[in-house]
Amino acid sequence: MALDQSFVGRTYPPTAPYEVGREKIREFAEAVGDPNPAYTDPEAAKALGHPDVIAPPTFPFVITYRAAAEVVGDPQLGLDFSRVVHGDQKFAYTRPVRAGDRLAVAQTIESIKSLAGNDVLVIRGEVHDEAGEHVVTTWMKLVARAAGEA
Amino acid sequence: MTAKIAYDDVEVGTELPAQTFTVTRDTLVRYAGASGDFNPIHWNERFAKAVGLPDVIAHGMFTMAEAIRVVTDWTGDPGAVVEYGVRFTKPVVVPDDDKGATVEVAGKVAEKLDGNTVRVDLVATSGGQKVLGMARAVVRLA
Repeated sequence: MALDQSFVGRTYPPTAPYEVGREKIREFAEAVGDPNPAYTDPEAAKALGHPDVIAPPTFPFVITYRAAAEVVGDPQLGLDFSRVVHGDQKFAYTRPVRAGDRLAVAQTIESIKSLAGNDVLVIRGEVHDEAGEHVVTTWMKLVARAAGEA
Repeated sequence: MTAKIAYDDVEVGTELPAQTFTVTRDTLVRYAGASGDFNPIHWNERFAKAVGLPDVIAHGMFTMAEAIRVVTDWTGDPGAVVEYGVRFTKPVVVPDDDKGATVEVAGKVAEKLDGNTVRVDLVATSGGQKVLGMARAVVRLA
């Protein structure tokens, strides 16, 4: 069943802040096997001009994926998450995420399209720090496959 | 931001050093834990097959994280990435063995932009198939 177009433009209130810790960044960098010292050594990060260790470019997804649960689980939207696959992902950075950040995500349903019976939903997440400064915007495209298709 | 590559030293067509990444079931379990994405298609073969997949598949976001390393290892400063986007075109199927799957990533400067930035186009393949489409990063150089 096609999703309701009237949800386009719907916004969700900013999430409670996610506090980014050095050890979480280290854990993520190790999980993707990336030994770049900017992720684990504050001195190496400072040598590059950052105030503390920074997170890998795809790390913000950890925060926005968590936040998106509110949108995909919105009973009024009625998305069948068991049929959803991740179609596209995009990030536009003002600066890298770094240790000590307290980040809130404000989400908007940017578009809803129906393509060959599949629902295609784009959720935009605006990520700001505690001072209200923009850090990164993320776009997650979800494709809900039509019922009956494997 | 202090990238080690100078804008004036690159031109359209400049190739970035290619890299090959290995993905095993162990990798996926670690990534699930670190990222918080516990979708069972990434660790449970029985579940993956029940929803029509050939086997357990890698998180698309894991592949995306590996692909950008071609750019961040080139510039040295991961904070120099200004934009990064991909389309997940084919899943990376990860068999239950010690070898796992491999993902090969190549990158090339596609466009020189304003503000010392360049657009890098990435190509990621696994088993001869492209697994990412429209994989592009904009990165600020020195």
